[in-house]
Amino acid sequence: MAPVWINLAYLIAAVFFILGLKGMTKPRTAVRGNLFGAIGMLIAIIATLLAASVVGYAWIIVGVIIGTAIGVYAAQTVKMEQMPEMVALFNGLGGAASFLVAGADFYTNSSTASSDVVIATALSGIIGAVTFSGSGVAFAKLAEFKFMKKIKPLPMQQMMNGGMALGLLILTVILVASPGSILYWLIVILALVLGYYLTLGIGGADMPVVIALLNSYSGLAAAATGFVLGNNILIIAGSLVGASGLILTKVMCDAMNRSLPAVLFGTLGPAADGPSADEVYTNVKATSADEVAMLLDIARKVVIVPGYGMAVAQAQHAVRDLTNLLQSKGVEVEFGIHPVAGRMPGHMNVLLAEADISYDLLKEMDETNSTIEQCDVCLVIGANDTVNPDARTNPKSPIAGMPIINADKAKTCVIIKRSLSPGFAGIPNPLFSADNALMLFADGKQAVQDIITAIKEG
Amino acid sequence: MFVNLLLAQTNTAEVVSALPVNGVALVTGFTIFVLAIFIGNEIIAKIPPTLHTPLMSGSNAISGISLVGAILATGSDHTNLATVLGFLAVVTATVNVVGGFLVTHRMLEKFKR
Repeated sequence: MAPVWINLAYLIAAVFFILGLKGMTKPRTAVRGNLFGAIGMLIAIIATLLAASVVGYAWIIVGVIIGTAIGVYAAQTVKMEQMPEMVALFNGLGGAASFLVAGADFYTNSSTASSDVVIATALSGIIGAVTFSGSGVAFAKLAEFKFMKKIKPLPMQQMMNGGMALGLLILTVILVASPGSILYWLIVILALVLGYYLTLGIGGADMPVVIALLNSYSGLAAAATGFVLGNNILIIAGSLVGASGLILTKVMCDAMNRSLPAVLFGTLGPAADGPSADEVYTNVKATSADEVAMLLDIARKVVIVPGYGMAVAQAQHAVRDLTNLLQSKGVEVEFGIHPVAGRMPGHMNVLLAEADISYDLLKEMDETNSTIEQCDVCLVIGANDTVNPDARTNPKSPIAGMPIINADKAKTCVIIKRSLSPGFAGIPNPLFSADNALMLFADGKQAVQDIITAIKEG
Repeated sequence: MFVNLLLAQTNTAEVVSALPVNGVALVTGFTIFVLAIFIGNEIIAKIPPTLHTPLMSGSNAISGISLVGAILATGSDHTNLATVLGFLAVVTATVNVVGGFLVTHRMLEKFKR
């Protein structure tokens, strides 16, 4: 097929990608949007297979079969709770593909490549490799592999990272002066090490930001590969994904009131002069499932605030049953979702949707906060820092200024939690000891089931 | 005008081209890059937080577009190290594309009602 037609096919593919993303703006059209994205990809692939320079198909077919088998298996078997690590893993593979393609092209063409192509090749190698190893570390952290806890950062990690970044810059300059495959792979290896250490130091609470950022990188790596090959569809698709990841990164940072550098270079620590847990928890009142059932029975409006703890306890199906039961008794139920609840953007929404809870009930933080004073019972399940009133009232708190769900402003707040242990931020939460707060110390799933039983019996 | 732009591109969009990309094509590439980022920004800023996870895995699948480059590298007429690298890229990019779209579909099914 002539290059003109291939490029026209790429244009159609690009339109499908854009329409696909546009479809994602509404839950009702999102399935179709995703389908459009897949169609765009299919068009781009078929057009490429028909390119004049593609003559051997054997390896391509074998590779596509292996990749499809792995992809289908992974996508079908992954549990919704494991979605963050799955996305991290796929992301890393996309990054790997980018630096491999740039490497393959450079192996063939390094002697004739112009400076701009060499720079694009180096960028593709660097961003792709950082995405690959960074996503690998993110995957291992999210999957909570035990060995990850034992790995310590290097002494003076920031300096070392800076040194590696400088090294990559110098190697790139040398590569432009004398292009060669060996030097390219040196750059890739150094970038792999850098990506590993950059992600290693980032804390659990910041995972949503890291995932979003790596998502952006994988797009930028593809775009850089597009410059290497002079291929428009790679540039378009890559920059769309790059923009998407950057926006999500910003949304996540805003939701934690932290700057991107603060996340990347890890400046969050427990405040040295902050109150200790013993000073804060003077007024903690424990409650029982029966008592919570009575509160819910006479409530008119209930707001449920889920956190990562709900995902860990796999309590979402029990929460759905409770929601249905309360609704059948005429209680108004809604969910207050904090933007960084869970381990990736929108994580809670996916879990609740999986449990057949209508997305109409899932409210954003601002909407929840505007009506929370009228709420009779606020049920906090496995959330901690995202409902810590210190963020609003104590300017010295390490999370000061972070937007929170004002669970403390509900008439009664019930917190289902195993213990008073701190959340990711490592600080005590005055909400647990507030006058209108009751603690239900139990496993999330078991507690909700007990409450359901108690309501049915009462 | 648009067709002209496309035709101008085709000189250099010659796949896995050994020719140095000329200045015009580089600027065209940058033009596309910058405009696509603006489009991405405009659309994605409108996506509600409810759909952020599917957006992420869906856009992630789109970033598997490197598969196009992988096919070009693997399918060229000579078999050498580039073919091996291309083959590895075909496998990783296909996992990214197929897995990404499927898992996004699985998630979005739940939002359909």
